[in-house]
Amino acid sequence: MGYGVRLLVWGEYACFTRPEMKAERVSYDVITPSAARGILESVHWKPAIRWVVDQIHVLNEIRFDTIRRNELGSKISANTIKSAIKGKKPMKLQVITMKEREQRMTMMLRKPSYLIEAHFELTAHAGETDTAEKHYNMFIRRARKGQCFHRPYLGCREFDAHFAYVEHDEAISESFYRDSPDIDLGWMLWDIDYSREMEPIFFRPVMRQGIIEVPDLLKKGGKQG
Amino acid sequence: MKNERTHQPITKRYDFTILFDVTNGNPNGDPDAGNLPRMDAETGHGIVTDVCLKRKIRNYIEIVKQGAPGYGIYVTEGAVLNEQHRQAYYALRGEDGAKAAKLEPKDKAEARELTQWMSDNFFDVRTFGAVMSTKVNCGQVRGPVQFTFARSIDPIFASEVTITRQAVTQEGQEKDREMGRKHVVPYGLYRMNGFVSAHLADKTNFTEEDLQLLWDAIVNMFEHDRSASRGEMTLRKLVIFEHQSGLGQAPAHQLFDRITVQKVHDRPARSYKDYQVSIERETLPEGITIIEK
Repeated sequence: MGYGVRLLVWGEYACFTRPEMKAERVSYDVITPSAARGILESVHWKPAIRWVVDQIHVLNEIRFDTIRRNELGSKISANTIKSAIKGKKPMKLQVITMKEREQRMTMMLRKPSYLIEAHFELTAHAGETDTAEKHYNMFIRRARKGQCFHRPYLGCREFDAHFAYVEHDEAISESFYRDSPDIDLGWMLWDIDYSREMEPIFFRPVMRQGIIEVPDLLKKGGKQG
Repeated sequence: MKNERTHQPITKRYDFTILFDVTNGNPNGDPDAGNLPRMDAETGHGIVTDVCLKRKIRNYIEIVKQGAPGYGIYVTEGAVLNEQHRQAYYALRGEDGAKAAKLEPKDKAEARELTQWMSDNFFDVRTFGAVMSTKVNCGQVRGPVQFTFARSIDPIFASEVTITRQAVTQEGQEKDREMGRKHVVPYGLYRMNGFVSAHLADKTNFTEEDLQLLWDAIVNMFEHDRSASRGEMTLRKLVIFEHQSGLGQAPAHQLFDRITVQKVHDRPARSYKDYQVSIERETLPEGITIIEK
């Protein structure tokens, strides 16, 4: 835990889609640990490390907004691509939006802002040169400069995330829920265990004064992303 | 089956901002509100979704490239005439593909191959990514280019215009004309921020050439999207922040804050001249170049 980092992330909108309501997307109330991990990974990640989210501070009030968009009903089928590559069947490798259109609602969060506290662990992939210190320094160097592999996002790619590194001695802005009673957020996706056929792992977070403690629920030998 | 594009993927990160305006038109209708222009109910600002603008990019590429090899558009709007041409192309080179399929029977490798093939052949897959339903993980490809919601600088005012038609739809109707409605924004200036990731470009082989085509598409996307409902839409500015490296040199939000758009008077804006756009070029972080188009 000596190498913990704090990253402030914010944006205009966010949608951390509830898996049980994803046809017409409805966001969770707060960012999921898995989405927070994705943001950290977009700044720095190597197979040698695994990010573990420790705490999530919910800084702004939880508010929702809706938007309805024209979306597509189908995904690309691997088999049609295969036959197209082989040149056997007549090509039908396009989606005609007129036929596939579906109007779907998104219930998204508005003006979200979070402080993510996390650390990382070295994995079995770590080589001799992969020291915790090296990766820690790489992360903070990048985060301070605003560097990233790709622009991080808040649940969906159209909701871009801005981020800023919060130094250890830097004060954290106060949460909207600082003086609120505890809020039970219900069952929420924690993350997906990619080594167990994408087994989703759920947890039941409670927000205390705007802070959510996140346990590390990965089973032994499990791995993410 | 590889097409002729043999160039290297881009190696620099880009953050960009576009400013576009609409005069007497509806930039993006809201299906939830009877096709009224999309609006932020709380603040009255106009919204244009990311997908709406991506559609225009796709249409532009389709017009310019006419389905040339490597520039197919996967998500198309209407009938596709190039299907036949492409079929011939595949028939000619079919053997290669068949051989490749035998290389790795393992699913993950094959999934990669399928994705690569899609990226090579379709500009929109290479640029924006796509979701492929392979058996192994969800097989989602993130493209290097990321669009966000565009938002108007000031709250917009949508007015409803009732129009008449001097004919009826069905025979035997008593009245001799019908009335319809149009929703228009008298004037609105919108801003969208976008991102291009070099890291993801590497995965879909999005090249320098593709990038230039993307900028062209952005500059011209409204020029080929004229219709009765859109009114006059114009791209006013494309400001690109080019970083020296793939990871970038500065936080995107700080770069975006350098562009300020202000109204020059108190009256409702009715043209682009009512706004002043300024870009703070002094003390630009090292390694950042501003490109304007």
